[in-house]
Amino acid sequence: MMRSWKPAAHGAWLALLLAAGALAVDTTVLPDPKLQERYEALTHELRCMQCMNNNIADSPVGLASDLRRDVQEQLLAGKSDDEIRASMVRRYGNVILFTPPVKDPSSFWVWLLPALAALGGLLIGVRVVRQRARLVAQDDSPVDAEEPRR
Amino acid sequence: MNRFILPVAVFLGLAALLYIGVRHSPGKNDMPSALIGKPAPAFELPVLGETSRKFSTHEFAGKPWVLNVWGTWCVACREEHEDLMKIAAQKRVPIVGLSYKDDDAAATDWLNQLGNPYTVVAVDKEGRTAINFGVYGAPETFLIDAAGLVQYRLAGPMTPEIWQREFLSRIGGGGPR
Repeated sequence: MMRSWKPAAHGAWLALLLAAGALAVDTTVLPDPKLQERYEALTHELRCMQCMNNNIADSPVGLASDLRRDVQEQLLAGKSDDEIRASMVRRYGNVILFTPPVKDPSSFWVWLLPALAALGGLLIGVRVVRQRARLVAQDDSPVDAEEPRR
Repeated sequence: MNRFILPVAVFLGLAALLYIGVRHSPGKNDMPSALIGKPAPAFELPVLGETSRKFSTHEFAGKPWVLNVWGTWCVACREEHEDLMKIAAQKRVPIVGLSYKDDDAAATDWLNQLGNPYTVVAVDKEGRTAINFGVYGAPETFLIDAAGLVQYRLAGPMTPEIWQREFLSRIGGGGPR
């Protein structure tokens, strides 16, 4: 069974990969593979302001290609990743970053709230488990006594 | 009874949070510009219809002016055009048009047919100047004050009400009535 399943899954992945390649919006290739890597990372973390939930690497709209060109030119001019991010924030604000800065008051809660929610959930979970454990410890009735009546 | 209080409180808290979030979520059209209170990016671009002339933002140094980003491909720009004509007729401030990623001939035709509200139209063929202004669509209209600082940015079509409320109030006194 496993044998027949695995190749099929590989086939599906391959098909997906090929499809993704065929749909790729951005086909820019920079001369230096290091720059290319940084280019791809940066374009994936910058928001396409026109189509809010896309990054500029995946968005086909004109503004995204303009911003990609801008990233590319800054990379070729020797700018650092932080300098490029800062230049984007200067023009579009923190909204353009998919991972806004933790220390900024406007985006601080975006980072804190999920952590608080997770912590709250954990505390509630611990409380419930403890209560249950106490219930079992207090329950002296024989388990078997209930069984026949079911 | 006691054991219901916490879950109910948590539920109500979450519901309130999500309700506020949904009601106040900024639409695409009211994201604040990052440039408010900052110097307007300087630019020098060719003037539409005058191949030998360039427009530079320095020409308006020391007085307030308005930058209107538009394109003939933009439906909402057509929508606001008549209002821009009326506003231009008031002659309160110069309105600079930024022909955003457009065909020059199409832009010229548009102004010939519908009227030209602009003091001058700068051609931003590649959208580089628009990016520097943080433009993410058209039309967008910026108010730049005498000190060269961006005072207001409108994303979306201009209306007489918005002009009165957001632009004229910030321009204040001075200039011909």
